Amino acid sequence: MSNKILEGLYYSKSDEWVKVENDVAAIGITFYAQDQLGDIVYLEEVKTGIRLKKGDTLTTIESVKAVAEVFSPISGEVIEVNADVINDPSQINQDPYGNGWFVKIKMSQPDETKELMSAADYSEYRKE
Amino acid sequence: MQDNNLLKTPLHEEHIRFKARMIPFDGFDMPVQYSGIIDEHIAVREKVGIFDVSHMGEIEVKGPDALSFVDYLVTNRISDMKDESIRYSPMCYPHGGQVDDIFIYKVNNHFILLVVNGAPNYSEKDEQWIREHSRDFDVEIFNKTSEYGEVAIQGPLAEKMLSPFFKGEINLIDLKRFKFCYGTLFGKDVLISRTGYTGEDGFEIYTFCGDDIVEIWQKSFQEGEKYGIKPCGLGARDTTRFEVSYWLYGNDIGENINPLETGQEWTVKFDKDNFIGKDALLKIREAGIKRRLVGLFIPQGGIPRNGMEVWNDNQKIGFITSGSYCPTLKKVYAMALLNLPYTQIGQKVRVLIRDKEIPAEVVNMPFLAPINKR
Repeated sequence: MSNKILEGLYYSKSDEWVKVENDVAAIGITFYAQDQLGDIVYLEEVKTGIRLKKGDTLTTIESVKAVAEVFSPISGEVIEVNADVINDPSQINQDPYGNGWFVKIKMSQPDETKELMSAADYSEYRKE
Repeated sequence: MQDNNLLKTPLHEEHIRFKARMIPFDGFDMPVQYSGIIDEHIAVREKVGIFDVSHMGEIEVKGPDALSFVDYLVTNRISDMKDESIRYSPMCYPHGGQVDDIFIYKVNNHFILLVVNGAPNYSEKDEQWIREHSRDFDVEIFNKTSEYGEVAIQGPLAEKMLSPFFKGEINLIDLKRFKFCYGTLFGKDVLISRTGYTGEDGFEIYTFCGDDIVEIWQKSFQEGEKYGIKPCGLGARDTTRFEVSYWLYGNDIGENINPLETGQEWTVKFDKDNFIGKDALLKIREAGIKRRLVGLFIPQGGIPRNGMEVWNDNQKIGFITSGSYCPTLKKVYAMALLNLPYTQIGQKVRVLIRDKEIPAEVVNMPFLAPINKR
């Protein structure tokens, strides 16, 4: 399970992860989510500067066979977008918790992380 | 997600053993992918892949009128076919739309095997259609779909991998494209044809009972390992066929799409005495078609999927029939049925993807040339 769920991240029920550093949150999708989707071939570009509320659609992702919406697990302003992953979305499959990150958000309500799951809770939630 | 009403092919346990992801397809519980669609796609283009296609339908036409009956049933010419050869043809309704597109295997003048789209959704519909129209002919119709097993072994290394294990009237190496023969493969009785739905060289292998196809599947992995054989699912079946612009019944062609609109014109032999749909197709040809199936290139903005609208200026001009990321070309293409005159190469159009207008351009098909045209 070690590389499938990382300790120290927060997880949403819709399979996004959040990594917090100070008041900035990096966001991506989990190993489970990318595995369910299969080969990812498109990630819709997100613009920096947009403000999102927790639960808003962050972007849309497409694999060869499927389309999925990605929701923002927290509220705030998008301050950085991973251009590499838009150019090469297969990085989401290869390294979902590393190079496969989507955006960084400056959190407006950092307390929202308390509503997300820990690695242990998420592991239980996605237990096969 | 178990659906107990789904049928299983004889290879179902093998798919589970290979940890395939299963989906319902044509009434069967079928593998959509094993290692990943792109990985499987590349195996077929560069090495060899094996597909379970036991869901396909096999209908036997037997009797003194077999040849003239099938000639009447389909749009393509059958009367001049040589024994052990194969021809592709639409099978049309009287209105010119398509019941199905099928492969016609001529065993001899008294025995023709029709390979039709997936069972039971199509093969039962096809069987009924074929039976109804056979009344004036001295033929018997046998739906053998549940007895035959079928795998497709496709890719540049398929011949090398299989030829030592085939014993028949001829060597596999000498089997030409769109020909078939009987023999044994890995000791099991088979009909083997040099055909496929991937655009690569390869074979389709039919057994006459389900257990034999399991044996052939297992032996193929034993003997194919050194060639890098991979099990391939419906996902790679779709991406490989799409990249070389082979039609998919139910998407690119169908009940309300006639063969003059799709590039299938070459299969409609108007100089035949009669065939189902001839009158309607003649009228359509005289009046001129109103729309045509074209290729679209989509530089960026997502993947067009079946049914999405295509626009030009403020006018809807058609819809997407298939669209995909093409793993070999690493680009996104689509097929679309567009109104004339928006079908010229270079025409700029827009595809409506999730309420966004995504620019696209009409381009030539196929996107990637199949092996026989490279």
